[in-house]
Amino acid sequence: MFKGLVKWARVKSPWILHMNCGSCNGCDIEILAALIPRLDVERFGVLLKGTPRHADVLVCTGPVTKQMKERLKRVYDQMPEPKFVVVVGQCGSSGGIYQGAYGVEGGIDTVIPVNAYIPGCPPRPDAIADGLIKLLASIDKGGKP
Amino acid sequence: MGRVKLPIGPQHPALKEPENFTITLDGERVVDVDIRIGYTHRGIEKLMESRTYTQNLYLVERICGICSYAHVENFTQNVEEILGIQIPKRAEYIRTLFLELERLHSHFLWLGVAGHEIGFDTLFMYTWQDREVVQDLLEMISGNRVNYAMNAIGGVRRDVSVEHQKKVLQGMDYLEKRAEYYKEVAINEKTILARAENVGILKTKDALKFSAVGPTARASGITVDIRKDDPYASYLDTPFDVITTNTNDVLGRVVVRVLEIFESIKIIRYLMAHLPVGEIVTKAPRKVPEGESISHTEAPRGEDFHYLRSNGTEKPERYKVRTPTLANLPALAEMLKGTYLADVPIIVAAIDPCMGCMDRVLLLKGNEKPGELVDGERLRRYSIKWFAERGWKA
Repeated sequence: MFKGLVKWARVKSPWILHMNCGSCNGCDIEILAALIPRLDVERFGVLLKGTPRHADVLVCTGPVTKQMKERLKRVYDQMPEPKFVVVVGQCGSSGGIYQGAYGVEGGIDTVIPVNAYIPGCPPRPDAIADGLIKLLASIDKGGKP
Repeated sequence: MGRVKLPIGPQHPALKEPENFTITLDGERVVDVDIRIGYTHRGIEKLMESRTYTQNLYLVERICGICSYAHVENFTQNVEEILGIQIPKRAEYIRTLFLELERLHSHFLWLGVAGHEIGFDTLFMYTWQDREVVQDLLEMISGNRVNYAMNAIGGVRRDVSVEHQKKVLQGMDYLEKRAEYYKEVAINEKTILARAENVGILKTKDALKFSAVGPTARASGITVDIRKDDPYASYLDTPFDVITTNTNDVLGRVVVRVLEIFESIKIIRYLMAHLPVGEIVTKAPRKVPEGESISHTEAPRGEDFHYLRSNGTEKPERYKVRTPTLANLPALAEMLKGTYLADVPIIVAAIDPCMGCMDRVLLLKGNEKPGELVDGERLRRYSIKWFAERGWKA
């Protein structure tokens, strides 16, 4: 019963941590645009948090730069289990337009495991909200997607 | 109590982007600031040398997601200058329209972020809601919300129809009403005054010394605006004023940006009323002859500077970008000295930092010895020795 309660709480109020791993800012402002009253993802209980230790979902943007690789790993390790990772944007999914640049490591999934990808350059706020809801639905169905 | 070193970043709730500020504190006072940049360095300049000019149009746009259009405008201006192409008048006007729409959305965005940093989240929600009006206009004309893909070398890719013009003017009427409200809020609201007045002082002489640009410089009483100083696109025809204040503090930077919203609305109204008829694009060859060119535009954050050297092929030989945030960082370090720790986020936000577009350097931390400064005479002697060792005569 207690497990069910925890899962219910997790699905009804996922706290997210936004992390920029070297993106151009386009995806980051679209994530914030999903939080404003027009879409208001807060009605699904999504709250933006400041520290990885409070977060359930890590929302990453951008190709992982060489400088951010270690930091991304560290932030991921600081998050409590179970943790979920959502990648927003094309360059976070695969390196996108920055493929082949000397400062770029590649997609987020080259560094940490990823649960959901939201493609687009940048994805629209409604696509980001949709991606988050799909992730929540799959958590609700059971375990990791 | 001794001095304390406090690292802020790269991952920190007060910073939206990964950057590191190491702040030396004496009690609550900031004594010294060490800014370490390079966390979002991707190597775009080098990457551009391996892509064609058409591909680079899209890459340049993704230097920064907020002032993306200013970068594309610079790039196309550079290429057009070397090619010797004169773009159609209508294309110039449409480009100016986009530059101003971008300034509008960026200033609304900044106002919200500044509100967020001082714990005034209501303002954040308000301004971002209004920013959606600008985003809708951008999407209506170009089809995209953030990276518009509007420019082609030799003009623009999409036309502005009569219906678009009507909608743009409607949007401007709404935004002007909202901006009036924000002007009231910025000047009279106690929450903002308490946090912004006499905070983050940058004196005029310091702003000149550290070559501040854009709204940061204009809030310190320096009349600098590339749109007026070196007009590009259709700014020569367009009447507008350069806004300056001389309060030198964060409040001044708020006021400058709010008043610039009105100027942008004025410019857009003028452009819509005087939009010339004709072509929107001239044909440009794929290969660019040998040459060099520089271009600078007034991005929402200040002067954005681009340099291009071409070598007669389809790809550029060298491309260099200097973005306004980088120019404002030395001034930022000066502003932070002597302030309270609690004011650091709003002061950093007040220059409207865009780290994504700023990171043009990569710092590699290794075991190598720190570099040393070598003067000309020592360098000369070293070269003579170097050649002599190899049996050559200098």
